[in-house]
Formats: sequence, structure tokens, C-alpha cells
Amino acid sequence: MATRDNQAQSFGSRLVQVGFLIAVLVLWYLATTRWGVNRLLLPNPVAVWQQLLDVLRSGEYLPDLRVTLTELVIAFALAMTSGTIVGFFVSRRHSTIRVFDPLFAAIYSIPIIMFLPLYVLFFGLGPASKIALGATISFFPIVLSTIAGFGNVDRTLVTAARSMGASDFHLFRYVLVPGALPVILSGLRMGFTIALLSIIGSETIASLAGLGHHIVQLAEGMDMARMFAYIAFVVVIAALLNGLVSFLEARGRRWA
Amino acid sequence: MSAQAFLLRHPGVVRLGVVLLLLLIWEIAARWLIDPMFISPPSRVLASLGSVWQTPGVPAALRLTFFELAVAFAIAVVLGLSIGLAVGLQPFTRRSLMPIILLIYGLPQITILPIFILFFGIGAPSKIAFGVTHGTFPIIIAVVAGLQNIKPILLTSARSMGANRWHILRWVIFPHMIPSFFSGMRLGMTGVLLGVLLAELYVSTAGIGHFTTLFTENFDPTKLFGLVAMLAAMAIVLNEMVRRAELRFSRWR
Repeated sequence: MATRDNQAQSFGSRLVQVGFLIAVLVLWYLATTRWGVNRLLLPNPVAVWQQLLDVLRSGEYLPDLRVTLTELVIAFALAMTSGTIVGFFVSRRHSTIRVFDPLFAAIYSIPIIMFLPLYVLFFGLGPASKIALGATISFFPIVLSTIAGFGNVDRTLVTAARSMGASDFHLFRYVLVPGALPVILSGLRMGFTIALLSIIGSETIASLAGLGHHIVQLAEGMDMARMFAYIAFVVVIAALLNGLVSFLEARGRRWA
Repeated sequence: MSAQAFLLRHPGVVRLGVVLLLLLIWEIAARWLIDPMFISPPSRVLASLGSVWQTPGVPAALRLTFFELAVAFAIAVVLGLSIGLAVGLQPFTRRSLMPIILLIYGLPQITILPIFILFFGIGAPSKIAFGVTHGTFPIIIAVVAGLQNIKPILLTSARSMGANRWHILRWVIFPHMIPSFFSGMRLGMTGVLLGVLLAELYVSTAGIGHFTTLFTENFDPTKLFGLVAMLAAMAIVLNEMVRRAELRFSRWR
């Protein structure tokens, strides 16, 4: 009885969710065709869909996608290497944790994106400023989670491994890494997500190429249908990348 | 030995030392190693704060940005609390609508910034709107989570003692929601800061973004660093205010 109730309820919930999405699309369609909302503010959904197909078919997104992905990969690699290494060495002593952990947490709590003008001034408008900013922003969640991960490995496990004669490497490989990995991986996923966001963001604000830059170009050209299509494309790319990272995180957890 | 013990007991002192050391490295690098076109030593930035403040329009720009942050935060709190209550009080609406809210929250909002500018213009309204959309979702999620975490036994016992809907809201649900509501407000403030500053940097006629662009284009790193330092101070003060409020109001249990 209870399960049937649950099933009915979850069916109702699905119905509400699908209904919500359909209502948004219908309202959007009616707003553009019947209620005369200006095409420059809100393009017709059918036109957006056609533009999206055209964007995908023409492959014009490839150069921008390549720029953004290159920036993302380099920025994330920098943040991952520096964040895990710094985090590991900070986590080795109780005193260094107490000195550095609040410092990193304090910097992490302010919006680092406001330093973007400094980065642009220093690194120029090209990819270098996006890489530097993306690496800076994603460094903090990674270093904080690495400190938390290694810092919270059960002391008795370390002592036990030591008393059984584990070498430094064995201790690291078989006790510290498996103990800390879940926390570090979630920090890496968070770092990846905000690196992607800040790179697209800084491309939107000041850049010469990239996905964010292309959206701005279309906005300035008042090519609304194509801009909406491009935004949808970027959203899908971001969702795919985040899905991939979540998948890798789950795989990594199982490996540990 | 005693010095070491002192430092171990006061990590704040060591932290201050680390920060000062970093500033010293920056000072040396900026004075002798790097082209002064691009970077400015902290001593000069500190000395220039007065002249940045006297640049015509800068105090007004800081005031405008503060105004945008305050309005956006107020709207985000009201919206987040009311949507959170509307969605979270009933299990059915919670299960139906939360996935949609989480889905929208997961989208990269920065991609739709140009649409906000087209809708709301390049003045303050677009910054406020972008701050609101960044700040509302964390508050909704925190409020709904707070409602979900109330022990059912408290509701049942209140009802069995004859409490009506309003009594339950006032004496059971609200007090239990307060800690998560305040932690939502803290995340909301982070979101509002992010949204408003992103929109300011993207395009601005009178706010802080106008002057960061101006100083960048004039290759005036001293003033740029000074202005960004003021902005950082504003962000830290706002964050700290909300964090203090959170500590203060989550202590009652």
C-alpha cells in the first residue's frame, strides 16, 4: 500500500516537473508569436532551435571550444598540481594547518573574480589571463580539501602502519592516499566546476576568443536567436564536462 | 623553545607573518623585477588609497556598488525565503520542484549575462538582477534543507498538544530553520557578491566596473590595485557581517 502511494506520488512529481518544462516552452512560444514580445529581447524558440542545429552543423564553435578547453585544461592542471602539493605539505603538521587553513579559507570566501582587471593588466587579454585566473580560483577548493583530506586521516591507522614497519612510501600509498582521496576528489570536482565558470566568465568580460567571447559578440550584433542557441550549446558543454568529472570522481573513489 | 611554544599557541601571529612575507616578496618584485606598467608595490598602493578616493566619481561608484549589493541581497533573501517556504513546507512540492531548482542552480549563469544587460540595460538594475539570481538559489536550497531536517516527532508532539498551523510555524518550524537559513544567507551573500561584481566588470557606466576598466586601459596599476583593495575590503566586511549573524543566531540550540 505504502509503495503504491509512493509510486503515485513520484509519478505526480514527474508530472509536475514535465509540466513545468512544457509550460515554460509554451509560454515562451506564445510570448513571441501572440503577445508581441520584441524579437530583440526574446527570440522565437523555433528560430533558436534552427539556429542551434545550424551552429552544430556548421562547426563554427570548434575554434572557440578549442580555446576554452585549452585554457580550462591548463588552468585545472596548474591548480590541481599546486593545490594538492601545497595541501599535502600543509597537512603534515598540526601547526601549519592552523596557520594556513584559515588563511586559504578566508581568501576562498571573497569573490576572486574581482581581481580579473589585475590579471588582464598583467597577463593581457589573451588566454594567459584566463588560465591564471582560473588556476587561482580553483586552487582554493583543491588546497582546502587536500588539507582536510590528509589532515583527517585516522591517526591510529598511521600509527598502526608505522608500527608494522611501513616505509614513507608505503604509508603514503596505502594509508594516506586511500584515506584522503574521497575528500580530495570532491575538492577537485568543485575546483573543476568553478575553473570552468570563471574561465567562461572572464572570456565574457574581457577576451579575444573563446565560448564566452562568442556569446558576447552575438549579443553585440543583436543576433538574438543565434545567441540563445549558442548559450544553450555552452550550457550543454558545461553540463557534459561536469558530468564527466562527476563520473571520474566516482571511479576514483572506487579505486581507492 | 619558549618562542616556539608561543608561536604554536598563537597561529594567528604566524599567519600574520606569512601575509607580511608575501607582501614583502610582492614589494620587492614590483619595485625591482617587473615592469611598473603592470604591477604596483603594496606600499605605493597603500599610499595611493587617498588619491584613489579623491578621483572624481570613485566614492560615488563604491556607494553605487554597495547599493546594488544591498538591494540585491535584500531581494534575494526575501525571494529565497518565500520560495523556499513555498516549496519546502509540503513534501509533494518539495519532491516535484526541488529537482528543477537544483537544475537551474547548476546551470552556468554567466552565459546569460548578456541577456540580463539587454533586458535591464547597462545601469544598476542589471547588476541587481544578476546578483539576485546568483544569491536566491543558495538561500532557497538552505531553507528547504532546514525544513526537511526538522524532526517529525516535534511536529507530531506539537500537534498533539493542540498547536494550530500558525503555532507550529511560529514555535517549531521557524526556530529550527534559523541556523540553516543563516548559513543560506551567508552563501547567498557570496552569490550576490559574485553576480553583482561579474555584471559590474562586464559593463558599467558609473559603478566600480567603469573605473576598473578606466584604470586598466590607462595602465595605472597603482590606482587599480587601490580600487580593487577597497572592493575586497567591502566584500570582506559584508561576508563577515553575515558570518557573525550566522554564528550569533545558530547558537540558541
